[in-house]
Amino acid sequence: MDKHITAPITKEVARTLKSGDYVYITGTIYTARDAAHKRMYDILQKGGELPIDIREQMIYYMGPSPAREGRPIGSAGPTTASRMDKYAPQLLNLGLGAMIGKGKRSQEVIDATVRNDAVYFAAVGGAGALLSKCITSSEVVAYKDLGTEAIRKLTVENFPVIVVIDSEGNNLYETAAKAYCTEK
Amino acid sequence: MIRAINVEEITKNIKEMCIEANHYLSPDMDAAMKRAEKEEKSPLGKQILGQLKENLKIASEETIPICQDTGMAVIFLEIGQDVHFEGGLLEDAVNEGVRQGYVDGYLRKSVVGDPLIRENTKDNTPAIIHTKIVSGDSVKIKVAPKGFGSENMSSVFMLKPAEGIEGVKNAVLTAVKDAGPNACPPMVVGVGIGGTFEKCALMAKEALTREIGEHSDIPYVKELEEELLTRINGLGIGPGGLGGTTTALAVNINTYPTHIAGLPVGVNICCHVNRHMVREI
Repeated sequence: MDKHITAPITKEVARTLKSGDYVYITGTIYTARDAAHKRMYDILQKGGELPIDIREQMIYYMGPSPAREGRPIGSAGPTTASRMDKYAPQLLNLGLGAMIGKGKRSQEVIDATVRNDAVYFAAVGGAGALLSKCITSSEVVAYKDLGTEAIRKLTVENFPVIVVIDSEGNNLYETAAKAYCTEK
Repeated sequence: MIRAINVEEITKNIKEMCIEANHYLSPDMDAAMKRAEKEEKSPLGKQILGQLKENLKIASEETIPICQDTGMAVIFLEIGQDVHFEGGLLEDAVNEGVRQGYVDGYLRKSVVGDPLIRENTKDNTPAIIHTKIVSGDSVKIKVAPKGFGSENMSSVFMLKPAEGIEGVKNAVLTAVKDAGPNACPPMVVGVGIGGTFEKCALMAKEALTREIGEHSDIPYVKELEEELLTRINGLGIGPGGLGGTTTALAVNINTYPTHIAGLPVGVNICCHVNRHMVREI
């Protein structure tokens, strides 16, 4: 089912999204990938404060290619989410509303998604040029020294994603592959 | 006769090839993607393949890299033994080409200088360089920028000879199943059978640079490629891992003699952005 939502996202909205829904996101989202997650995790371990308030926010696992002159961003597709599995449950417990990436998640992440009424979206991997057209502005808001891995605040318009893991724990990667599997 | 080649020519070609490979998918990959879109049975899978087609169009028309992961630059050099390089070190010339390509071409710098300290080198060097000495007086350059979503899902299996061809099939299917959505399917599967631990991995990597639709010259290996492609597409993983009948576009297998005690199998997986370019100078 096609749905249009805005970002940030409340738990109420997250609960209406079901595994397999095709969703267009408009609003503000943040990027963070391996190095930024490690820094946030280390800060939390030491009892510090995160550089952004992540409550109800969406984190897009993405590190863009450099922007050419006059463009907000370069190529901007999702990276593999499982590398963030170590860090994601804690962020979800702190109120993170949604994650956007590609690929499988650990059971710990699925459990934390359900427990916190969050959602895991997949964007199409390897469609970085296409997805960049849905990003209208980009600003580094933390960890500038990390280059492509810095935390960016993005404005997105009708950014296309698919609900993979919903707040009930349904997992599209498992259900969809089974439907077309002929190999024993 | 010895032919002198100035290494500046290597730099210039590698620079251009890094930029080109990241913006324009090769004709064989492009054709395979279009065929897949026509044949895909899942409506969502078809939609995703349609998005990927649109993505390629935007990338080439607006000069935006096809994927933000513009890869670690893997360079194969087949050097004729009658070639003499002058003007500097060959390795430096290759890295300079990569540096210029990634900096001037607005490509992402994805290389860290030390695997554990992890500081970005900021120019995507060093490249991974494989050289082979062949006959003749020319240099064949293959540039294959490799993304790590799929690289991370690659494996080496040191099978026992008794496991035979069934063991090889299981190894390939296991690697693809484990990769699933992480490797950005539809994927290309490079397989190296035989040799040693490192040789099978290198053969698997080089197999990815083979044109889609070309098969091994060895009849049973060609059959194995076809059978594995059919069985991989029967796994149901589909485009983007969201279910469907297109999980791989090709299975390319290279083989080499091996030891009486071993059956090494390397499986190198590449996403649908299987960048590979060849030039001969």
